[in-house]
Amino acid sequence: MKIQISNGRVIDPANGIDRNADVFIADGVIAGVGAMPAGFEANGSLDATGCIVCPGLVDLSARLREPGFEYRATLESEMAAAAAGGVTSLACPPDTDPPLDEPGLVEMLKHRARLPEFAHVYPVGALTEKLAGVNLTEMAELAEAGCVAFGQANTAIVDTQVLWRAMQYAATFDFPVWMQAQDAFLAKLGVAHDGEVATRLGLAGIPVAAETIALATILQLVRETGARIHLTRISSAVGLEMIVAARRSGISATCDVAVHHLHLCEHDIGYFDPHARLDPPLRAQSDREALRRGLADGSINAVCSDHTPVDDDAKQVPFDEAEPGATGLELLLPLTLKWADEMKLPLVQALARITSDPARILGVEAGTLGIGTAADVCVFDPQAPYPVNRATLKSQGKNTPFLGLELQGRVRGTLIDGHLAYDGSWS
Amino acid sequence: MPNMQRLANLPEAEALLASLVKTMMPHVGPDTALVGIHTGGVWLAERLHVALGLKLPLGSVDVSFHRDDYASKGLHPGARASSMPFPVDGAQIVLVDDVLYTGRTIRAAMNELYDYGRPGRIDLAVLVDRGGRELPIGARFCACTLPEPLPKNQELVLTRDSEQTLSILSLMLKDRHDA
Amino acid sequence: MRNPQLNPHGKLQHLLTTEGLPRDVILAILDAAAPFAEVAEREVKKLPLLRGKSIFNLFFENSTRTRTTFEIAAKRLSADVINLNINTSSAAKGETLLDTIDNLSAMQADMFVVRHASSGAPYLIAGHLAATGREHIHVVNAGDGRHAHPTQGLLDMYTIRHYKKDFTELTVAIVGDVLHSRVARSQIHALTTLGVAEIRVIAPRTLLPTDVERLGVHVFHNVEEGLQGVDVVMMLRLQNERMQGALLPSRQEYFKSYGLTPERLARAKPDAIVMHPGPMNRGVEIDSAVADGSHAVILPQVTFGIAVRMAVMSMLAGGS
Repeated sequence: MKIQISNGRVIDPANGIDRNADVFIADGVIAGVGAMPAGFEANGSLDATGCIVCPGLVDLSARLREPGFEYRATLESEMAAAAAGGVTSLACPPDTDPPLDEPGLVEMLKHRARLPEFAHVYPVGALTEKLAGVNLTEMAELAEAGCVAFGQANTAIVDTQVLWRAMQYAATFDFPVWMQAQDAFLAKLGVAHDGEVATRLGLAGIPVAAETIALATILQLVRETGARIHLTRISSAVGLEMIVAARRSGISATCDVAVHHLHLCEHDIGYFDPHARLDPPLRAQSDREALRRGLADGSINAVCSDHTPVDDDAKQVPFDEAEPGATGLELLLPLTLKWADEMKLPLVQALARITSDPARILGVEAGTLGIGTAADVCVFDPQAPYPVNRATLKSQGKNTPFLGLELQGRVRGTLIDGHLAYDGSWS
Repeated sequence: MPNMQRLANLPEAEALLASLVKTMMPHVGPDTALVGIHTGGVWLAERLHVALGLKLPLGSVDVSFHRDDYASKGLHPGARASSMPFPVDGAQIVLVDDVLYTGRTIRAAMNELYDYGRPGRIDLAVLVDRGGRELPIGARFCACTLPEPLPKNQELVLTRDSEQTLSILSLMLKDRHDA
Repeated sequence: MRNPQLNPHGKLQHLLTTEGLPRDVILAILDAAAPFAEVAEREVKKLPLLRGKSIFNLFFENSTRTRTTFEIAAKRLSADVINLNINTSSAAKGETLLDTIDNLSAMQADMFVVRHASSGAPYLIAGHLAATGREHIHVVNAGDGRHAHPTQGLLDMYTIRHYKKDFTELTVAIVGDVLHSRVARSQIHALTTLGVAEIRVIAPRTLLPTDVERLGVHVFHNVEEGLQGVDVVMMLRLQNERMQGALLPSRQEYFKSYGLTPERLARAKPDAIVMHPGPMNRGVEIDSAVADGSHAVILPQVTFGIAVRMAVMSMLAGGS
C-alpha cells in the first residue's frame, strides 16, 4: 500500500520539521517527507488541506481495562478511542485484574492488541506480585514478554526495604521503574487536595506532603540504587521543584503530568462533581500554574491522558465513594493544543510532549516521521470544534470533567503502520 | 407609593369607628373577648377595646398559616405570631377586621381560633363591607356597607398616621399590584 | 455554576447548605420561624400547610434526635412522615443511593430530608431529581458528612437573634472539633452572611481544617484567649473516634485544655450565651456547671429547632 498524504503542514518534533510538505508511506513505513521518493506511485491518497500532519501520539498511560474490567471498557472500544484521538502508541499501567505480574497475562494482552487498527501497546509490568509491595515479580521474564518498564500504578510500596530492593533489582537489568509519588498513609483517607476547597466542602484531604515525602524517599533511593526512574502524574509545584533540584544534584529522573491537571484545579470540584475526582487529586491554582510552566520548559518531560474509563454507576455516587479517574484518550490532543495556545508555545515544541518526548521515555521508536520508521501518523484539524459528549466519545468511559464543553482540535485520520485506523472525514 | 386616594364617597374611618362603637356597646360585656386579625383588624381592635372598656385582654391572629392560596403562592411573608391571652374554650369572641371582602380571611381566622379551643360563640365586627363575598360569611357589626362592590383590581386598606397604638385611622383605596 | 439551592426564579428549591444562601433568604427563614414557635404553645399544635404532602426522612446515618425534630416539625405542618433508616434496608443489600431515590419518588414523595455520611450526597440527589424531571421534590440536608447541617446553622442563628438581637456587634467563638464538624461550617457561613463582627475558632491544631482562615475566621489555640470578651460561645461535640485517629490523646486532656468551665466562661462577656448542638459530653467539652448554668441556652435551641424546621419545610413546599 503506497499512500501519499498531501497538502498538510508537517510538524515532526523528533526531526525538527515544521513546514508544508507531503508525506509518503510505503509498506507500512515512512518513505519520504517533502520530496516524493524515487519510483513512488501512490495507490492511496489523503488530502490534508487545512490540517497538521504529525507523528501518531504516544500516550504514557492509558487503561484498556483488560484483563478483568471488561464491564468498564474493552480493548475494542478503547482502541477505537485511541485511534479517534490520534494515539498510535500507548503504555498501559499494570493495575488490571489480575495485575500484570505474570508473563502469560502480558503475552495475552499483547496478542489481543495485535490488530492492524489497534495502537501499539507497551505494557508496564507490576513491580511486585499482585502490586502488594511484598515480593518482586519476575521482571526479566516480564520484559521478555513485552513489558517496557515496571511500576505499581497508583499503589505505593509502603515497606521502604522492599522499595529499595525492587529498584535495585530493576537497576540490575537497567529496567526503567515508573512510580507515582504518593505516601500511602498521608493519602489513605483523602479524596481531594488538602486545601481551602476540601475544607469548605468537608472532604478529607490529601496534602501536598503526601507527594513530596514519597518523592524524597524515591529520589534518595535512586541515588542509592542507580535505578532509572520515571515519576508519573506529578501534581504539585513543590514536587516539581524537588525533581528539578534532584536533577541539578546529579539524580536523573523523568516525569510526566496528566493532561487534566494542566487545565483543572481543586475549584473544579464545584458542587461535588465526581468527574473531578482524580488520582492524584486536582490541586491548587498555583500548582496548576507550575505544572503548565514545567511542561513548557521541559522540566516535565511529557504529558499523558492517564485514560481511566469508569462506568456511570461508579461516578453517580457521592464524591468520596466515586471511583477516581477520567476518560482521556480522545482529549489528549485537543487539551494539549489548548495548553499550547494559552502558553503561546510553538506547536513543534508542544507536540514534542506527546510524541518524541514520551517515546524517548518509553525507549521505543515511535513519535517520529523519520524515514524508515513505522508509518504511525496523525492528521488533525487544529481549528475544528470538538464537542465533548456521550455521543462523540468513543471510549466506553464517558467520565470526564469536560463533558458538555466544546474543545478545539479534531483528528481527521490516524494511520498505524500505514493502515488507516481511524477515518474522521475521508470516506 | 402605590396609587392611593381617598375614596370620595366614603366617610372618614374615625367616624365609622365611632358608629361601630355605638352599635356594639349594647352587645358587649365582661365576657366579651375581642380578637383582631392582623394587621388592620388589630389596629381597629385596639381602638375598640379601649372605647368599649372591655375587661378581657385583647387577642390577635395572623391568618398566614391558614390561607388557602399556599399551594399556588407559597408561604406568605411577614407572618406574625398569634396571641390568645384568654382561654378560648367556651369564650364569647368577637373577631375584628377592617374590611370584609371575599370572606376567606375570616374563614382562616376561625380555623386558627379552633387550634386554641372550642369557642362558645364567634361574632364578626368590621369597619367596611365592600361586597364581593365568595364564602357564606357575614358581619354582625358593620359600620358601612358599600352600595356597589369595588372592582377586583382595587384594594381598600386601613392606614394609620403613626406607629403608635391608638393612632388615627384612615381608609385608602389603592390599585392591586400582585396577582 | 448556578446555585443548586435556588430555582431559576431565585426561589428556595432545596436547603443544602447555608453557604451561598442569600442574606434575605436567611432572614426570611428566621422571620418565618417566629410565628411557628408560637404554634408550640397552642392546644392544637397543628397547621394545615403541608397537609397531604409526604415527607421521607432518609437517614443513612443514625440520628434519633435530628430525625425526631424533623418528624415533629413535619407533623405539626400536617404532613405525612415516613422514616427510613437505610442501614437496615435496601442500601445494605447494595441498592445505590440514586436507585433508592428513584424508588421513593415513585411513591409520590414531596420532600426528602436526608442525612448521609458523605459530603455532597444531597447535591447528588438534587441533581438527579432535576435531571429526571422531578423538580417538584424538595431536598432538605439534615447533615452530610463534614460539609453542612444547614437547619442546625439556621436554628443557631435564630437562637442568637432571640437573645442578642443585632448580629453586627457580636463576637462569636466556636470551640471544638471544627475539622469534622458540618455544624461549624454551616454556622460560619451563616454568621458571615449575617455580618457578625468577628468569628473565632478555638481548637488544637489537629482539630482544625487546612486553610480554615480562608473561611473568614480567627484561629485560637488557647481557649482562655479565645473566649476573652465573646458574646456567644458555640460548643462542638467531641466524638470518641477522634482519640483513635491520633488526633487527640484522651478526653481528660481535652477537657483540661479546652473544656468549657465556669472559670473559662468568666472571660466572656457577663451576658454571654452558651450554645451546643447536642448531644453533650459532660466533662469532655463542657462542664456540667456551665451546661446547667444560666448562660446556657441549649434547651431553647431544641425548641427553636422545631420552629426553624417548620419554617424551612413550609418555605420549600409552598408556591408553584
